Amino acid sequence: MPVISYIQAVTQALKEEMQRDEKVFVLGEDVGKRGGVFRATDGLYDEFGEDRVLDTPLAESAIAGVGIGAAMYGMRPVAEMQFADFIMPAVNQIISEAAKIRYRSNNDWQAPITIRAPYGGGVHGALYHSQSVEAVFANQPGLKIVMPSTPYDVKGLLKASIRDNDPVLFFEHKRAYRLIKGEVPEEDYTLPIGKADVKREGSDITVITYGLCVHFALQAAEKLAEEGIDAHILDLRTVYPLDKEGIIEAASKTGKVLLVTEDNKEGGIISEVSAIISENCLFDLDAPVQRLAGPDVPSMPYAPTMEKHFMMNPDKVEKAMRDLAEF
Amino acid sequence: MGLEKINMPQLGESVTEGTISTWLVQPGDSVNKYDPIAEVMTDKVNAEVPSSFTGTIKELVAQEGDTIEVGDLMCHIEVEGAGSVSEEESAPQKEEKAPAEPSGGKADAKEPKKESKPKKDEGNKKRYSPAVMTLAQEHDIDLNQVDGSGRGGRITRKDIEKIIESGDIPTSDEAPANEAEAQKQAPAAPSEAPAAPAQPSAPNVQAGEGDVEIPVTGVRKAIASNMVKSTTEIPHAWMMVEVDVTNLVELRNAKKNKFKQQEGYSLTYFAFFVKAVAQALKEYPELNSMWAGDKIIQKKAINLNIAVAKDDQLFVPVIRDADEKSIKGIAKDITELAGKARQGKLTSKDMEGGTFTVNNTGSFGSVQSMGVINHPQAAILQVESIVKKPVFQNGMFGARDMVNLCLSLDHRVLDGLVAGNFLARVKEILEKMSEDHTSIY
Repeated sequence: MPVISYIQAVTQALKEEMQRDEKVFVLGEDVGKRGGVFRATDGLYDEFGEDRVLDTPLAESAIAGVGIGAAMYGMRPVAEMQFADFIMPAVNQIISEAAKIRYRSNNDWQAPITIRAPYGGGVHGALYHSQSVEAVFANQPGLKIVMPSTPYDVKGLLKASIRDNDPVLFFEHKRAYRLIKGEVPEEDYTLPIGKADVKREGSDITVITYGLCVHFALQAAEKLAEEGIDAHILDLRTVYPLDKEGIIEAASKTGKVLLVTEDNKEGGIISEVSAIISENCLFDLDAPVQRLAGPDVPSMPYAPTMEKHFMMNPDKVEKAMRDLAEF
Repeated sequence: MGLEKINMPQLGESVTEGTISTWLVQPGDSVNKYDPIAEVMTDKVNAEVPSSFTGTIKELVAQEGDTIEVGDLMCHIEVEGAGSVSEEESAPQKEEKAPAEPSGGKADAKEPKKESKPKKDEGNKKRYSPAVMTLAQEHDIDLNQVDGSGRGGRITRKDIEKIIESGDIPTSDEAPANEAEAQKQAPAAPSEAPAAPAQPSAPNVQAGEGDVEIPVTGVRKAIASNMVKSTTEIPHAWMMVEVDVTNLVELRNAKKNKFKQQEGYSLTYFAFFVKAVAQALKEYPELNSMWAGDKIIQKKAINLNIAVAKDDQLFVPVIRDADEKSIKGIAKDITELAGKARQGKLTSKDMEGGTFTVNNTGSFGSVQSMGVINHPQAAILQVESIVKKPVFQNGMFGARDMVNLCLSLDHRVLDGLVAGNFLARVKEILEKMSEDHTSIY
């Protein structure tokens, strides 16, 4: 199996889906000739032409709105927000229209749109290029939010998102784009949306996380294994709706649960995970459920020292894991 | 000779790894600090990696062609002096992970674990998580008989799972579960840890008519349990020396009035004794130590507890760093601490960190006493009354001021020789104290 980077997996999935189904098209800022500011749509313009790879104005509301309209008429748009931070002008379109249309029309209409957006910090991007925005959308039934951690998951889940008949927000960690590499099959495959994945089997503590933090947890787990601490790591992959069964199973396995995100702590995805665990796992719990997250300040600071303080890293995760193991 | 690691350096921003193209050294080569040891290729630059130390290359851990992350080990180097890498560290140390059941069977498997940690924080021993409670109920496990491996002695779910897996389940109605335990703890309640005898026992004494019953509470109770703990746990030994403090008495008498005027508090004999003890402890740190089960800890700081009584209460506040204080400084501390004790204003901070205790028993007129060691210290010194006595000196008969110093020592920590030398030194210091040689300030 060839080893490719996280962003190459994005490009591959888009390309293969566009080849497979001519209803699939891409729209967004600079996604055409330029191939995207991160090069996620590199080569698509040359292969599929300007009718299927649309450069749009700097108007996120329009990108989402045009996409939703096209989706309702039977197309399979993949809209790109240049940064997840820029998604805010499109929130009304996404929440009021895309998320609600199936319910509102009693199943007569649907909006099979995929909205891709690079999120996350640790790239010295400061306020408008570092945010995690998943929690904003994570209580909107009708939406799905996918946040993969590995190139394999990216390809399988992006294909599944495009083929899904409802709107999917597909958040890609921008620091993972070139940092994370992994084996990805060349043949066509999809992965189920709404299903978490055990990334490491272990028996002492359970770490539940998603996105880039999965890799921090895996690195920390390797170190801790040398000390005899055996960590079980669950990658949520889909953060809304959550894979409750997977969470309950992973939490019950060790009874000591650490939840990790680089998003702000209060009201985040992991808070909901924590609630699921407390509702279902009381008699298996051996320690208080712990959350490790970014501080509750508006966004990732620019100063490198402050960014480091805000941003999750393997050392912070390792420390929290060891602390829980020793409890 | 010590061992140091040389790790892949950061060769430019955003470079996360480098590939070793050529090693420029071989094991056994001597290198100076900053000498190039390898050529490394990264996405951005090709560079030479300099040695971080002067020494002899021990082992090339990474091979040519290997891609190594920034901060990961490239090679080991032997350097002068102690290195930061211990020899064992390079060898895998997996004792803990080795299968936890030696051939001897279940009883063996439990024993060594108990002995290896005789004294530790057991504060969370009885904090049971829902998982532990559930499993204990389902399998009828008596948690009092389970050792916890968690923080503060907490019993973890894993501890219980291991017990269930082993099949050796301690139930509450069963007598001590195995032979080893039966031998250790004859008829006593098997649940009580060795620390427990501190509980004062209740002999069968009835109060008759006219007798006054005083409930044992608070400080009295704490004193009782501490004393029981000290006397049952510490094998006490005892010795006494007689010291001629005639010159010291003269010195103190000459200075005391002026001192009181100047400083506003009294210059007591006790301050001189504390000073002498602090000085001698510096020379005999063996006395300034504590028994810690599998080791003896010699304390660096000399913090002297002094006993201060108030009604039915006894406090032992601390004169901190007594070895760094003048006689005046010690006198001041004594005055302050005694004052605080009498007004009930001592804080726990005033009482913490003592390393040795000096007790002014002489203030009651006592001439000889056997102190109970202030647990977990190694010794206590009782300063008795100064008494004028006829003494032979240089063939002459004279009236001298004599005082007895009584030392109780923890015989696990100390033997007669060092304790005797220490006492002799205290005696020597005290006998040399005089107007000509001793400064109060």
